[in-house]
Amino acid sequence: MTLLTALARVAAAETGRAQPTKTRRHLHLSARPLVLIPLQLAGEACAPLAVMAGEDRAKPLQLTVYEPRDRARRFEFAAGLAETVLGYIDGYAGADPADGEPYPDAPQLLVPNAGAAAFTRMLGRSTRFRQVTGEYAVPAAVPLLGRWLSYFGERTEVTGSALLTPLTAALADHWATGQSAMEDANLAALLGWIDPPDGMTGLEAARAAEDPVRCPPAGPVTDPSFDNEVLDHLVRVVRNATAAGDEVALARAQAAMDAALRSQLEPTWELMWRAVDLLRALPEAASVPERWKSDRWSFTNQVGWLREGGAPQPRRDGAVAAARRLARLEREQQRLAVQRAYDDPLVMAEYRLTGEAFAGTVTAADPARLDTSGKRTTLRPVIVVETADEVVLEPGAILRSPDRPAQDARVMTVTVTERRTEVTLELKGGMGRAKVAPPGSMPEPGDEVTFTTLRDDFQPAAAFPEREDTPWTHGGPPQEYVPTDDDAREDWS
Amino acid sequence: MSIAEAAARANAAIEAILADLAKAGQGVVVDSPPGAGKSTLVVRAAAELADGGERCMIVGQTNEQVDDLIDRLASEHPDLAVGRLSAGTYTPTPRVARHAGVTVRSSIADLIDHPVVVATAAKWAMLTGPDARWPWAIIDEAYQMRSDSLLRVARLFDRALFVGDPGQLDPFSTVETERWLGLSWDPMSSAVAVLLTNNPDIPVHTLPVSWRLPASAAPAVSAAFYPFTGFTSATGEEDRRMGWNTRAFAPTGVDRALQTAADTGWALYELGHRHALPTDAEAVRACAELAARLLERGAVTESERSPDPLPVTPERIAIGVAHRAQAAAVNRALRELGVRDVVADTANRLQGREFDVTIMLHPLSGRRDATAFHLEAGRLCVLASRHRHACVVVARAGIPELLDAHPSVEPVHLGVPVKFPDGWAAHQSFLAHVSRHRVSAA
Repeated sequence: MTLLTALARVAAAETGRAQPTKTRRHLHLSARPLVLIPLQLAGEACAPLAVMAGEDRAKPLQLTVYEPRDRARRFEFAAGLAETVLGYIDGYAGADPADGEPYPDAPQLLVPNAGAAAFTRMLGRSTRFRQVTGEYAVPAAVPLLGRWLSYFGERTEVTGSALLTPLTAALADHWATGQSAMEDANLAALLGWIDPPDGMTGLEAARAAEDPVRCPPAGPVTDPSFDNEVLDHLVRVVRNATAAGDEVALARAQAAMDAALRSQLEPTWELMWRAVDLLRALPEAASVPERWKSDRWSFTNQVGWLREGGAPQPRRDGAVAAARRLARLEREQQRLAVQRAYDDPLVMAEYRLTGEAFAGTVTAADPARLDTSGKRTTLRPVIVVETADEVVLEPGAILRSPDRPAQDARVMTVTVTERRTEVTLELKGGMGRAKVAPPGSMPEPGDEVTFTTLRDDFQPAAAFPEREDTPWTHGGPPQEYVPTDDDAREDWS
Repeated sequence: MSIAEAAARANAAIEAILADLAKAGQGVVVDSPPGAGKSTLVVRAAAELADGGERCMIVGQTNEQVDDLIDRLASEHPDLAVGRLSAGTYTPTPRVARHAGVTVRSSIADLIDHPVVVATAAKWAMLTGPDARWPWAIIDEAYQMRSDSLLRVARLFDRALFVGDPGQLDPFSTVETERWLGLSWDPMSSAVAVLLTNNPDIPVHTLPVSWRLPASAAPAVSAAFYPFTGFTSATGEEDRRMGWNTRAFAPTGVDRALQTAADTGWALYELGHRHALPTDAEAVRACAELAARLLERGAVTESERSPDPLPVTPERIAIGVAHRAQAAAVNRALRELGVRDVVADTANRLQGREFDVTIMLHPLSGRRDATAFHLEAGRLCVLASRHRHACVVVARAGIPELLDAHPSVEPVHLGVPVKFPDGWAAHQSFLAHVSRHRVSAA
């Protein structure tokens, strides 16, 4: 936790209301996201119990597994879910995109919390290897759904991706509450702090949210009392009706189970859309469209892969694939950190506190300064920035200003006077070929500027050996991956 | 054990390693505890290979390490042609530029006939072309090298000597994922871990004596961090001493802590119990004051290196911390006290370095919880094993209670070897040792 977040949390506890820690929304929000609230059966790794899903706030679709311990029912459930999810995805993969362009938009799944995202991925894993012919055949949509859910699940590893977003994480990123990070994973409590009902403080609202009768858990695990006192009985009634072959009793029992689970899902459904509203109210950060474009590209490639009959994602990455993926993830992570700081003064403030950035006023500028030390005389204007921030940068450090990301600023001198620091910077780049830097291409006296060591420069992609050239240190070339029925079997099952 | 006996033991170990190297296996791993002569081994192995007419590439992890190694290599073998492969933007440091036998180039074509070429792993990874291949590689600081980094350079050599300290900090990634846990090629684990999982027949040697750690420190560090591959110090109690040029007038807590450290090699300078931010102003101030007072009183050391006592100069003092923000705060405090050139940095950056005296801000000082980061054995080991004479630990009271309240909760994963020692146990063992040298600040 950074100093600013710690301070914001103290302020939240004191005022009884969550404090914003960002001034922008650093997350893409689709115009019509698919909200997905999965519930699972307690005690099983991946036994779906029910799901509430939909793009329309007024029309949630509910699917229930009336016999959650029966594996065949799970795949019927998956087929039902596939109809909704694949239908939604197809809406974005219509006409082929223009050459060199991704699809104009991409689907976005919103789930309540990290647990739901993990469950989504797990459901994808348990369905993507299923066969559509032979023994235990499943409908064709099931393995396709599995590939898509696995894809969305894996995409969450890429920081800055918004294709599958747990809303508690998104909210906690933008607000600091007066409760612990673990308590923040409770959607109802988190929203209680951010937007308490009239006449209540955040603390009171969060406390009220702890009552599982008033606010059933957002899943994927259900409230244990509900399991014992309601669900267990209902499942038994369904089972007895099925065994007796009594159609009427079965229909009644199923309706009762639907209603009971709806009572668990509906409050969360409302909270999800409230969270979407709260996030939508924030202005979007400048680099969000760029990151969403990466997501759209990723989606476009995935559609292309599946249309060519692409195999399901292998259960494990090979040595080379793993290293490649890690390099990509680290690169995205670094890019996101820089972009967020450039987009948002509150994020930049954290770097100002650690001395990696400073903000101040330009007090002097020489737009015509020439550097004659090299072979050629080059234009190297100089500015002096006065700041109240503590500057721990050494001369020679290369800085950037978020306002002019194409311009390097080299620290020449740092002079500390009574409570103020004067930093002299030499500018390079982004000023054209003129003899004097044209107006507007560099900061002028009186300008408020921020400079930071954070930079997001182009880096060539790291070179890795080909898969078949995996060296002896890493076990040598792996065997060719051929999907088999065994892929569907888990080590523990 | 006398110094001569220690030298004989170290030499026997190196001979055994070189003999193993000569047998044409695919590689040899050498575990080297702190200050056990890792560089000596690398220099000898490189010279021996060059003598035998074999070309050898040396992989370092940072430019700093590469330059240090070249300096050692060129000083001991001035007639050996050493190539330093570097980025175009690299300017040779004085310790590299002063050797006539060292050629610095940014293209491997200019260095291909040099018997020994040294570069960072990142630079080696950029080489392409079929002729870029060596019969031998020496991988320095192999436990700090990440598996994916080894993957990128492994095609360049046939056989390799891996040298490193297993007790130090593991390589890390800013990305958090459990995706590859348990795979024998997990890109986040260390180069040695991956190498040994995939090639279990590779022999592992251990260097037996530490030249850096004094007799007061070696048993404690060995017991806490190297429980199965113990080592001893090469020097005896009488070989190292620390004293002062001046007496303390009306000694304060700081003076008493420094005196305890000079007498016993350790001191635990304990501040009052309270929960604090990582940049705990009082603890940071205490670290800076200890360094300032040490210089003010004119600390001197006697050791096997010189017949006369040597003064402890600022650059021979390190202040080790866990977080970068703490390092910045300590540097600020040092500036305010007018102290220059004392090295204040994080454990990650102090790895592989050596000082006369270290002052350590305990990673758990003032914390409310003990996370995996703060419990990591490697971090504590780095901080506790940089000194030749004395180590002062600055901590708030209450760490034993904190440890008791936060036993290790790291999950155990299938296929992932359990790491020994566990951070919690190492912390307990280390704390039990330094508590015997407790000095209260009040």
